[in-house]
Amino acid sequence: MATYTLISSNTLASSTSTVTFSSIPSTYTDLCIRGSVRLASAVQIGTLYMRINAATTTYSWTRLRGNGATASSSRGTTGTEIQIGLQTGASATANTFGSFELYIPNYAGSTNKPFSSFAVAENNSTTAGQSAIETFAELWSTTSAITSLTFSDYGTPDNMLSGSSFYLYGISNA
Amino acid sequence: MLQVQPSPFTESKDNMATTYEKIATTTLSSAAASIDFTSIAGTYTDLRLVIVGKYTSAGGNTRIVFNSDTSSLYSSTRIAGDGTSASSDRLTAQANLRLNFDGNSTTIPDLLTVDIFSYAGSTFKTSLITSSEDKNGSGSVIRTVGLYRSTTAITSITINLSSSTMAAGTIATLYGIKAA
Repeated sequence: MATYTLISSNTLASSTSTVTFSSIPSTYTDLCIRGSVRLASAVQIGTLYMRINAATTTYSWTRLRGNGATASSSRGTTGTEIQIGLQTGASATANTFGSFELYIPNYAGSTNKPFSSFAVAENNSTTAGQSAIETFAELWSTTSAITSLTFSDYGTPDNMLSGSSFYLYGISNA
Repeated sequence: MLQVQPSPFTESKDNMATTYEKIATTTLSSAAASIDFTSIAGTYTDLRLVIVGKYTSAGGNTRIVFNSDTSSLYSSTRIAGDGTSASSDRLTAQANLRLNFDGNSTTIPDLLTVDIFSYAGSTFKTSLITSSEDKNGSGSVIRTVGLYRSTTAITSITINLSSSTMAAGTIATLYGIKAA
């Protein structure tokens, strides 16, 4: 088996509210998801979220953010989905997309699932707060194996625009 | 909802160069004070170490040592978020490279990654470290740049703790990445 394998990918041909990778095989060691997203919301930047196995509980995160002027940190423990990070919205400079990378180790194991997220949204704005760089310590406090991942702007909710892309890789240490 | 089917492109072609390879992996079956990767070949461009750590007691921190060298050749600068505030600081002239700062947990695993660039070269060795340790109401997220001021190629990596031991179930995997 190759060490780093593309399991599935999706580049949106039209605006879509959710993107799901389902029936993820348990044959890898870790998962890596890389994506590029522009939200349909009329904002400069907006948050992309994820649900694991369609669950709506047991998510927590610790975040470090820079917005072009200041650095800050916060956390959440009660969400029905988990923050992945800020991506550009429909009011941002045309043709700009945010980017993110998730690394989920031991996703098929029977322990709680810590993982990391790194997300950026840069759109050549001179106003602080209209771009962002974020990194997260994420935790799904569940011992179940991860078999599906769903990405969405759950908060509004709103769509992800055409051209947004998602790539799911499996990493094997076998 | 859009359901995405698995890609047909699931295996590398036999004649395709592999750029990301597992070098070695260890899953602890019992508690251990350290994990060693030795005899690392110089045939890759960069190294990537991925650790999912579990610990027998709380409070210690995880660090690495290259080539069993504990002289004061390690330094690092980090940016951290603890859920309330952001901060940055540095360490110099250390005997190891610290991967996290927050105190390990006995109940929640952490994720530590270390990218080590040009590890076989003859210049000082730079690394990028990520520490993801959310503990459901506490914990931290840290990004660190590390420096090992040695011109010797890295041929071994030792993972150990400032106190306590790594618990059974800890997984450490070393990957090699090729640019050519």
